[in-house]
Amino acid sequence: MFQRLPDAGGERVSFTIDGRPAEALSGDSVAAALLANGVGACRTTPVSGAPRGPYCMMGVCFDCLVTIDGTGNQQGCQIRVRPGMRVETQNGKREIER
Amino acid sequence: MTDLKPRYDLAVIGAGPAGLAAATLAATRGLSTVLLDEQTAPGGQIYRAITRSPVKNPSVLGTDYWHGADLVGPFRDSGADYLPGTAVWSVSRTLDIGLSRDGAARILPARHVILATGALERPFPIPGWTLPGVMGAGAAQILLKTSGLVASGGVVMAGSGPLLWLLAWQYLRAGARIDAILDTTPRENWRQAMPLLPAFARSGYVGKGLKLLLEVRRKVKVIGNVSALRAEGDGRVQTVVYRQGDGAEQRLPADTLLLHHGVIPNINLANATGCAQSWDEAQRCWVPDVDGWGATSVEGVSIAGDGAGIGGALAAEHRGRLTALDALHRLGAIDRATRDRDAAPHREALDRALRGRDFLDALYRPGREFRVPADDTIVCRCEEVTAGQVREAVKLGVSGPNQTKSFLRCGMGPCQGRLCGPTVVEVIADARGVSPAEVGYYRLRPPVKPITLAELASLPKAEDEVAAVMHH
Repeated sequence: MFQRLPDAGGERVSFTIDGRPAEALSGDSVAAALLANGVGACRTTPVSGAPRGPYCMMGVCFDCLVTIDGTGNQQGCQIRVRPGMRVETQNGKREIER
Repeated sequence: MTDLKPRYDLAVIGAGPAGLAAATLAATRGLSTVLLDEQTAPGGQIYRAITRSPVKNPSVLGTDYWHGADLVGPFRDSGADYLPGTAVWSVSRTLDIGLSRDGAARILPARHVILATGALERPFPIPGWTLPGVMGAGAAQILLKTSGLVASGGVVMAGSGPLLWLLAWQYLRAGARIDAILDTTPRENWRQAMPLLPAFARSGYVGKGLKLLLEVRRKVKVIGNVSALRAEGDGRVQTVVYRQGDGAEQRLPADTLLLHHGVIPNINLANATGCAQSWDEAQRCWVPDVDGWGATSVEGVSIAGDGAGIGGALAAEHRGRLTALDALHRLGAIDRATRDRDAAPHREALDRALRGRDFLDALYRPGREFRVPADDTIVCRCEEVTAGQVREAVKLGVSGPNQTKSFLRCGMGPCQGRLCGPTVVEVIADARGVSPAEVGYYRLRPPVKPITLAELASLPKAEDEVAAVMHH
């Protein structure tokens, strides 16, 4: 669970997580936006199906993989959240055509 | 990417202190320079979000952080081209750089390349470290710098090293909650560190470091000599379990566990480029071989900053400038005497910045049980391979990490060994009773970042290349 510091100001960005409306701060990465919205687990692993969440936040661990606007296996910590972005948690392997 | 020149004198990869300083100096002195960076804004990890942090109160992140702004201004004025949001997936021996941006790939040739890929947190394999809610302390610091986010609910920090204490101090400044700090620094480290204390005492770090430590210790419960650390929970971390020395098992409720025991060079790109590397016993990691100017074994490729051995942010900046001066010389822009003369103040500053570093290396060397984990611990997060499986493979004759790939898929997931390599090396070396130097490291190959077939297909192709495929 993560919370915003009271003085952390900025423009609000509306996006969706698994179809539900959510809000982030402009400049948030997708992974940060998920954590700020109480989503700690963003995918399950292809090997055992175990849940995973962001671990390194700097693009090296690949645990924060999510589906963004229909494209799977995107590194949530490396992509800034944009207005109207559709973020989906993903299960197991990336599917064909996603 | 249309605004790019077809070819650059110098390409710098990574916009942390080393990359910013190197690109600034080179461009100011007339080299056509491009700075390529994976992040969307300059600063690297240490100065992450320096131009746009939502944390308004400057005392939260501290003056050392805000020094990063002094690097960005001169870089903007230097005339260097800047390509943020760019993944570099290959640097060839012919100095052609494979990069990917906004879903399109291209090859950018340069006459000299400086890798400034910095550091990453040393993997901290404990049972349960893959549970959501367990993160690197560095990751939590990035969330604070970039988004003004702090962990809430039960927060436990565990491990060793300056960054852990700095994060705790920043959390306290920000008014965030820390339930406990579990210090895993092995007691016996003090014996090795003590002889190095005088040099550390003369460094600029000692006053600042002590003040920070004392402030954290005054306000947070710090539990020392921690062993047998693990995270437990159903679907996310809920409990942190540990022992103090040989004491009974203790349990702490937690919603977030932040782990850290030092940083190591991010060597993937250098390794894949073919730069020779050696095992550094003091820093307990693989480090690319460089000379005093950052030059590697590959002609035309240099490394600046923590990517060539951990020295910290200030040292990285000075190493960046030295590496840029050498690039100017190698490209014929300045003669040797000019290079040496202009390097003198940077070399002096580098020596000052490195003073006392070996004390920190010795004191905060991670304990054996956290480098060589027990059988039940996952070492390869991507392929979910345990330390026990690696040991089994050694019994079957596996002698080094490259063979664990074919036996276990260990190191073959998307992180390409970044999160398992150091541990796999330690586990194999320990099982075989030899030095990690003898065990070696993964032989990495480009692309060092995953790229899609669509991106590859978007590479510009010459007519004869198309013909070669279509007609044969």
